Amino acid sequence: MYVAVKGGERAIDAAHAWLAEERRGDPAIPELSVAQIRSQLTLAVNRVMTEGALYDPDLAALAIKQARGDLIEAIFLLRAYRTTLPRLGTSQPLETAKMQVSRRISATFKDLPGGQVLGPTFDYTHRLLDFALMAEGEMPAAPTAPVRDDPVPHVMGLLDRDGLIEPAPEGGTPADLTRAPLEFPADRALRLQSIARGDEGFLLGLAYSTQRGYGRTHAFVGELRIGTVAVEMEIPELGFAVEIGEIEVSECETVNQFKGSKTEPPQFTRGYGLVFGQNERKALSVSLVDRALRWQELGEDFVGAPAQDEEFVLSHCDNVQATGFLEHIKLPHYVDFQAELELIRRLRREALQEAAE
Amino acid sequence: MSLLTDRRALMGLLARAAPDRLAALAGPLPEAIELRPAQTGTVMVQGRIGGTGAAFKMGEMVVTRCSVQVAGIAGHAHVQGRDKAHARTAAVLDAMWQADPARIAALLAPLAAEETARRQTRAAKAAATRVEFFTLVRGEDQ
Amino acid sequence: MSALTGGFTSPAPQAARAFRLALMALSRPGRIETVSGATGPAPLSAAAATLLLVLADRDTPIFLGAGHDGTDVREWIAFHIGAPLVPPEAAMLAVGTWPDLPLSRFPIGLPDYPDRSATLIVESPAISAEGPRLTGPGIAGEARLSLPEVNAFRANRMLYPQGLDFFFTAGDRLAALPRSTQVESA
Repeated sequence: MYVAVKGGERAIDAAHAWLAEERRGDPAIPELSVAQIRSQLTLAVNRVMTEGALYDPDLAALAIKQARGDLIEAIFLLRAYRTTLPRLGTSQPLETAKMQVSRRISATFKDLPGGQVLGPTFDYTHRLLDFALMAEGEMPAAPTAPVRDDPVPHVMGLLDRDGLIEPAPEGGTPADLTRAPLEFPADRALRLQSIARGDEGFLLGLAYSTQRGYGRTHAFVGELRIGTVAVEMEIPELGFAVEIGEIEVSECETVNQFKGSKTEPPQFTRGYGLVFGQNERKALSVSLVDRALRWQELGEDFVGAPAQDEEFVLSHCDNVQATGFLEHIKLPHYVDFQAELELIRRLRREALQEAAE
Repeated sequence: MSLLTDRRALMGLLARAAPDRLAALAGPLPEAIELRPAQTGTVMVQGRIGGTGAAFKMGEMVVTRCSVQVAGIAGHAHVQGRDKAHARTAAVLDAMWQADPARIAALLAPLAAEETARRQTRAAKAAATRVEFFTLVRGEDQ
Repeated sequence: MSALTGGFTSPAPQAARAFRLALMALSRPGRIETVSGATGPAPLSAAAATLLLVLADRDTPIFLGAGHDGTDVREWIAFHIGAPLVPPEAAMLAVGTWPDLPLSRFPIGLPDYPDRSATLIVESPAISAEGPRLTGPGIAGEARLSLPEVNAFRANRMLYPQGLDFFFTAGDRLAALPRSTQVESA
């Protein structure tokens, strides 16, 4: 059976026009500029860049404006835009040890070279609504202190020196899920790419589940650092690498208990997360999930926890894929449903007939 | 790194520059042949597992590149963002620098100074949030 | 002529136009098209250079036949395309004269992924609509094309849906022979 589905065009045009009007809101109130979103809703911009897997604060801010603040819609817009761009190259791996840090803390070592730098954090705020923000006004300038030029080494290096923690893995050219379809089993590099762009809420839930006992890994934050790093790329026509820009990233390394295995002595193991922008909840979640997914490599038991199941995690963490499939069920399924309806009617007819006999 | 002797320093500064500020400093540019017209694309940014280990793909960043020829010298640029004029200006300045580094280094000196000042300000704010622990000696330890 | 010149001057329309012509040639086997836009260093023909710009990017591993594998061509590809140069076994695209292309070494795709196969750009002395007889999808009745031989293409057809696809280039002219075409001696 064929059901003609036409005639929605005028209605769709009108819906788009109304959407544009609703996006603008009350014309008596000044319009929000992309620059305002970029500089004042920075953490939303960071989330859209991370999950959109495209670093460009202007575009992310535009996407947020266009999506009326629906961040998953904004991420979708950014991903769609990305597909129109040619790939110009691949950067050298970031040297996060050379990061200009705005925040750098360790929950495992109190006194560490480079110190504990709190940065612009919510951590010690009282979570009381600040009604002063309802009025516009001048901010007092943030205090400054003399800059000390001591190096800020990775905390893990301190443990590594004593052999108390597994070394960071070495490896060759990593796979790229934007170039080749994701296949299982996925190696750690591919998993990190996948969960870095995964939904923050989904990963937060999974990370929390490991803390509550579903694949427990006893994570401590070895180090969390946020700041800017240079991005360098080898330019073929030059024959050397140059800096092509500077990006803000959040990096988290967890230290996890490990009893040892047949081949490994007892030592600490690591989880790792690296994401765009100041985005520490996401970086932490990624590190916990990264560690949970490593059970096989470390010879741990699979206890059936969702966070250990790489196919479950990687296949469901992408919110653009998830929302696309979820939301498609509201689009016309008239033919499918017609078939279901006829099937039910036939089954009922048959059941009634049988009962009558 | 010196703008006078190090082409990498120059190219990095041009890549990070705010397009408007760079255009204002550069002023009118000489004629240039476009070897590869400005093109916006992405660069896949790589991280390292554990900060120091094997590489992995983190996500892409938007980059615009351009290659030009000025008075027989090829200039190249890869700059952050979507601004084609920014990439072209950077490529022209790269070519001009190769002919006369002193002139371009002087031209761009304010840009470098402003960048250093911005970084210093951020570092100073970060320094103010550095925790200075002091340990209270507890009675039973004495 | 240098490594830095000879690219598209207006990339979007030139690439779109050339891609359209390449598609026409491939979907109408034997049809000869004239393409332009790119100029590569010798011995790269204008048609092959244009095809390279249209079909390859930095994710397209390219094999260069011995006659084409020189510093000039390598540098031109590095600047304008950024594609890695690889042995035949790893190639998705290849350029060379017929004797320079070791057919048996190129990937023909997998049964599940027949698209993971190589496309060969065969630099030819000349192309004309005469020679072996072509029949199959995209051909009304039959077509004729000046192919370097017949048996290799018959063997390639037997691999279908796996197999190689071919472009033939001479100067600014190109024709194509997809794996779906039957080839018989004239």
